[in-house]
Amino acid sequence: MENDVNPEEIKKVSHPKKPKEGFFYNVFHNGPFLLFALPGAIWMIFFFYIPVFANVVAFKEFHFSPDGFLASLMQSKWVGFENFKFLFTSDAAWLITKNTLLYNLGFISLNLIISVFFAIIMSELRHKRLVKVYQTSMLLPYFLSWVIIGYFVMAFLNPDKGLLNMMLHTDINWYAEPKYWPFILLFIGTWKGIGYNSILYFATVMGIDPTYYEAATVDGANKWQQIKNITIPQLVPLMTLMSILAVGNIFRADFGLFYQVPQNSGALYNVTSVLDTYIFNGLTSTGDIGMSSAASLYQSVVGCVLLVSTNALVRKLDGESALF
Amino acid sequence: MINKKKKKKIDSVSVHSFSKGADLFFNIVVAIFAISCLIPLFFVVVISLTDENALATYGYRLWPKVWSFAGYRYLATMGGELLRSLWISILVTVVGTLINSTFTSTYAYAISRNTFKYRRFFTVFCLITMLFSPGMVANYIVVTNFLHLKDTLWALILPMAVSPFNIIVMRTFFKRQVSESIIESARIDGASELRIFTQIVIPLAVPGIATISLFAALGYWNDWFNALLYIQSDNLIPLQYLLMKIQANIEMLSASSGMGSQFGGSLLAIPKEATRMAMVVIATLPIAVSYPFFQKYFVRGLTIGGVKE
Repeated sequence: MENDVNPEEIKKVSHPKKPKEGFFYNVFHNGPFLLFALPGAIWMIFFFYIPVFANVVAFKEFHFSPDGFLASLMQSKWVGFENFKFLFTSDAAWLITKNTLLYNLGFISLNLIISVFFAIIMSELRHKRLVKVYQTSMLLPYFLSWVIIGYFVMAFLNPDKGLLNMMLHTDINWYAEPKYWPFILLFIGTWKGIGYNSILYFATVMGIDPTYYEAATVDGANKWQQIKNITIPQLVPLMTLMSILAVGNIFRADFGLFYQVPQNSGALYNVTSVLDTYIFNGLTSTGDIGMSSAASLYQSVVGCVLLVSTNALVRKLDGESALF
Repeated sequence: MINKKKKKKIDSVSVHSFSKGADLFFNIVVAIFAISCLIPLFFVVVISLTDENALATYGYRLWPKVWSFAGYRYLATMGGELLRSLWISILVTVVGTLINSTFTSTYAYAISRNTFKYRRFFTVFCLITMLFSPGMVANYIVVTNFLHLKDTLWALILPMAVSPFNIIVMRTFFKRQVSESIIESARIDGASELRIFTQIVIPLAVPGIATISLFAALGYWNDWFNALLYIQSDNLIPLQYLLMKIQANIEMLSASSGMGSQFGGSLLAIPKEATRMAMVVIATLPIAVSYPFFQKYFVRGLTIGGVKE
């Protein structure tokens, strides 16, 4: 080591203006920056790169070994695509894929329409202070955890004491009736995020050049025409971008929403099971790590393909906005 | 002159404002939605202040028949368990946020500098982590079987200790806010890289660091998922996870606290519903009270690294 460094030092001294760019020289020269990046890089190794490697368990009949991580991975028997075969011949695979995709499509479209609607309305309201109050109120659910939101929903839907049954004088056991849940989940999932998304669009509307509106007013365009012909076209790039990015994540469901809000109720599994809850339940309660890891890898691979292709699409449309 | 006056008039009245009738209508529409965002919290606060017998007879009501502080009084007597969870939540949030904002900014700063030879490598190293998700199962196996973090505080802190997305956001922010010339001049004056970072770069980047710190703090305070996966010991349950357990099984309130006998002498007297909702209020309050003041940072977070370079 020392022998390697010393010649570099000597060279540095003898040719101060033209340092030789050897590896050790570079490491030494970039030392402070490397130290800055080190903690983050170590984290990525332990919480990303090693777990990626650990995905081989999807091809194994996994058992935890008392001898540690590597032993667990090595000693588990190879079963090839057996876990996947098992997963895809079960009814679950189709159900969870369908649920994940349909719910996410619902969220993407509802979010888009309602956020843009509120953003445009709020930009046109006369009392700007009131708009601030609205925005602050609408942000509250966004900042709360799914556990808290789960309690909120329970306050309304509790079969014995909930407000809905009290007000409607009904006796519906909400947590056991699957037919209501697609609507409840779509509503809650959209409701939580609207505040945040509408502020994003609001900021864009406020950034539109006011001379467009002046010119339109001079030409006698009414408000609706202005919105239709100026505001919305100006928002289209952002709308496209947000939707494409959301489609890239369409294979990832919001675990909290589908686990906390229906309280993991077994009677609702048909309408609340998504990839993430299925993987979680397989991992924790049924203990079927093989199937669970197969579903997990299936989700990751399809998700990655979607993300890369949607990103390529974004890059084509608007290189500035591409994620990478 | 006349033109100018006319322009001003258009600016303030016509651009971005509805006619009076439409304004009223849309105000009502937005207000209804805004209220729908606030009312659940109000509702939960009201339930926590309702008498237990009234809850049993009339159910949850937006305005109770009988008010009562029994829920909060019981929380005070129950002490131990709640305080422990509160302490765990605060500890995890503070330590986690410090680690997260430090490591995220140092990494982002390093890859934002053109003078850092390996910036491309480390940028790609970080971007790859956003592309693919290792998945819940693999993470679980690594955390429990390799890092052996199960039932430790680190299991609540480390999985969220660095945010690759925030690194990319902050990289853009550093590139834009901290010009190379300032750093170069400090370097000529003989400042070390660490000193440059702490005394020049951080002060310049306060808005960005504040934003990622707030997001990190929010993430840690609201986290229940890591506890659900990795925590079994009763001593390490954060507040959100405690709430989750109590929601699934309200009896835990009396069973685990062991304080029932001190409260009116009988277990029946425990105001379980109100107490549970009082705990929800306690978990929500820090956020509900503070976010309006931090809102501008969160909103700025949306645009802070919006433009990629």
